Amino acid sequence: MKKEYDFIIIGAGPAGMTAAIYASRAGLHTAMIESGAPGGKLLKTNEISNWPGIQKEPGTQLAMDMFEHSTSFGAVYEYGRVKEIIDGEKKQVICEDGTIFEAPAVLVATGTRERLLNIPGEKENIGRGISYCAVCDGAFFRGQKVAVIGGGNSALEEAVYLTQFAEKVYIIMRRDVFRADKIVVDEAKKNPKIQIIQKAVPAEILDDGQHVSGLRISYPEDKREEILPVSGIFPYIGADPVTDFLKNMDVLDSHGYMKVNNSMETSVSLLYGAGDVCSKVLRQVVTAVNDGAVAAQDVFHKLKLS
Amino acid sequence: MAVLHINQDEFQKEVMESSKPVLLDFFATWCGPCKMLGKVLEELGDEQDDFKIVKVDIDQNRDLTREWNISTVPSVFMIKDGEVKDSAVGFLPKAVLTQKMQNL
Repeated sequence: MKKEYDFIIIGAGPAGMTAAIYASRAGLHTAMIESGAPGGKLLKTNEISNWPGIQKEPGTQLAMDMFEHSTSFGAVYEYGRVKEIIDGEKKQVICEDGTIFEAPAVLVATGTRERLLNIPGEKENIGRGISYCAVCDGAFFRGQKVAVIGGGNSALEEAVYLTQFAEKVYIIMRRDVFRADKIVVDEAKKNPKIQIIQKAVPAEILDDGQHVSGLRISYPEDKREEILPVSGIFPYIGADPVTDFLKNMDVLDSHGYMKVNNSMETSVSLLYGAGDVCSKVLRQVVTAVNDGAVAAQDVFHKLKLS
Repeated sequence: MAVLHINQDEFQKEVMESSKPVLLDFFATWCGPCKMLGKVLEELGDEQDDFKIVKVDIDQNRDLTREWNISTVPSVFMIKDGEVKDSAVGFLPKAVLTQKMQNL
């Protein structure tokens, strides 16, 4: 099946949804392709407190409002998982189910995906005690012990969040210095349910055949190991850009992030990047929506002139 | 047909003994993708009468949730004549859900 548009946006997070608003308001026939729930990382965020004008709001609410807004000027929401983009006068966006979307301009706003621990027992226990979203799955661990892996803002914030359900939350960090902001570190340190374990790395995830039953950690300096009796494990060790389908296009940096100019355009004409998927300093909702607006506006001007 | 919210005592009658096929959704009030799916299910409920849409709040129905081995929300099941014919986890758009129900 082939579908034609003026402008195709891949990813319906804040960047993609904003681009959809700007492009459709400008009169471009716009599609937004998403493989999961529209909203992107907002859906995994318990509370947003740095969206100007709103002091505190659940991420879900902002996601639903943005999604409704993004399709209100005629942009079409399409479900699909993109596997390849073929450049040409009209770019072809090919989905795994065989659907082909065609448009002269394409914006990639696919964001990032949580990095795996890559230790034994991880892959087979995803959804059976290993979760990359505390906000989504935290409540399944009421009264149980869980471990959070990582020492950055996300790890510590999620650990504090998990204490409302879990009986005990271990934070496992490789180093003895925190990457997280002081205010976040202080909150984690003063929480009586949290135990911080430093200079340790996860080595293996244990299970009872049905569910996670423990985490083996090792202390490289002391050359010793320990088994933590946890039933939930939440890795927060960073994220990687979702750009596998762009590998043949020479628009990525050495870490796989998209390289774009001030108009959010890549070295390929009318191929754009916006939001967390781009090489940038600050990955936030406010910077993502900025990217989306800039990209859509540039697409409009270039298509109008051509 | 409007979306039906049930508790575990009504489950047998409303789901397993239903004369119409059932699209069953285990959800939580605190789950983002569940809310997105909830909107789709409301629309689907208003638009068709061929199958029944039943929702179970996992926090209000812990025994049933355990019995069904739910560890991710949303979890959806396509049920016909008391048998699970298909299932999925995570958000799905209306077209995919409709297709799955038509395939039963």
